[in-house]
Amino acid sequence: MISVEKPGVLTTVQDVGRDGHYHIGMPPSGAMDQYAHAAANYLVGNDADAATLEMTYQGCDLRFGEDAVVALAGADMTPTLNDEPIPTWEAVAVEAGDELSLQYATDGARTYLAVAGGVDVEPLMGSRSTYTLIGLGGHEGRPLQAGDELSIGDPPGRSADLVGSRVDDEHVPEYADKSAIRIVLGLCDYRLTEESKAELCKAEWTVTPEADRVGYRLDGPDLDFVPREQPFGAGTDPSNVVDLGYPVGSIQVPQQPIVLMRDAVTGGGYATVGTVVSADRGLLAQRRTHQTVTFEDVSLEDALDARTRNEAALEAIRSSLE
Amino acid sequence: MYERPTLNRTATGRNMTEETTITAPMPGVFYRRSDPDEAPFVEKGDRVEAGDVVCLVGVMKNFHEITADAAGVVGEILVEDEAPIEAGQELVRLTSE
Repeated sequence: MISVEKPGVLTTVQDVGRDGHYHIGMPPSGAMDQYAHAAANYLVGNDADAATLEMTYQGCDLRFGEDAVVALAGADMTPTLNDEPIPTWEAVAVEAGDELSLQYATDGARTYLAVAGGVDVEPLMGSRSTYTLIGLGGHEGRPLQAGDELSIGDPPGRSADLVGSRVDDEHVPEYADKSAIRIVLGLCDYRLTEESKAELCKAEWTVTPEADRVGYRLDGPDLDFVPREQPFGAGTDPSNVVDLGYPVGSIQVPQQPIVLMRDAVTGGGYATVGTVVSADRGLLAQRRTHQTVTFEDVSLEDALDARTRNEAALEAIRSSLE
Repeated sequence: MYERPTLNRTATGRNMTEETTITAPMPGVFYRRSDPDEAPFVEKGDRVEAGDVVCLVGVMKNFHEITADAAGVVGEILVEDEAPIEAGQELVRLTSE
């Protein structure tokens, strides 16, 4: 049992996501940074699909009611165990009665706490992820509150042997906002003028305070649309198109761009002019409000290559812990 | 609105009074009032009790109340209303007796 003493700003139970229901309008939810989520799980001997706690901007204070093996991966929130600093990206033993305490994120935005055996909430439609907008999944469909109690699943037998194991430095990502976030242009980039298409990938965008699990709203230069006759079925705004399914990670431009994240609406009538490649979505999710984002457009082949290399890095982490 | 966030404080002992600084537990936008038409939560020189709201931080479409955790007198307010702030930034000085 884990007791929540202070819940932080926004802490939810998340896993690999509620896939397979997009067609009925159900977004996947799940950990915004799947890389850090999986790494934390591997460190404690779990499979990647075990549920972790996703803490945003400010971590929580938790009291453990039983011995456990835990790992933190993602943003650095200066974690302590009974007031003693503990490392991130490393498996740590906790004893019944211990207090794990986190502060605010100094590098990155989201931290994942994995516990051997996983956070054991009831799965819903094949996932333990929380979708807060309509209040389903996770712990009572909502962010954690003080006084909540979470069950821990049966820990894998080898978890105790993993205490002290850590992720190689070469596989620990940097969350500084210098590196470009890669996108593939489309499906509706034809709506932008050539100048605005170039501007999208040249401008320095700023993450606005509204950015959350639903979407990352960005602030920057105005984008211009190609003049056109309003098509049958599309709205009157120049950014409107005939309704289409929105890819996860797609960038819509009602005016300022919004990158649709894992809790976003699944379709609608805004032009989506590009899509953040899967390998970089977690890095975008680690950008904090007021940080900058630049986009780099890459080919589909490059995007798939980035995905393969991302998966290989996670596999290297997993196999290093066997 | 979720649970009130933890405050991080730096304290300097000085005779019978203690000056503390309330810092932001999260990045976002600093608000001195609950509504543009309302008076600010606190002004310099106001006396506050523990638990009184001194400002809000808006982030992820929620407003988080930042409260005094001890009684005291409000000193310098270090940030402009509606200014963007970073986690850890000093917001309001407070002198307690």
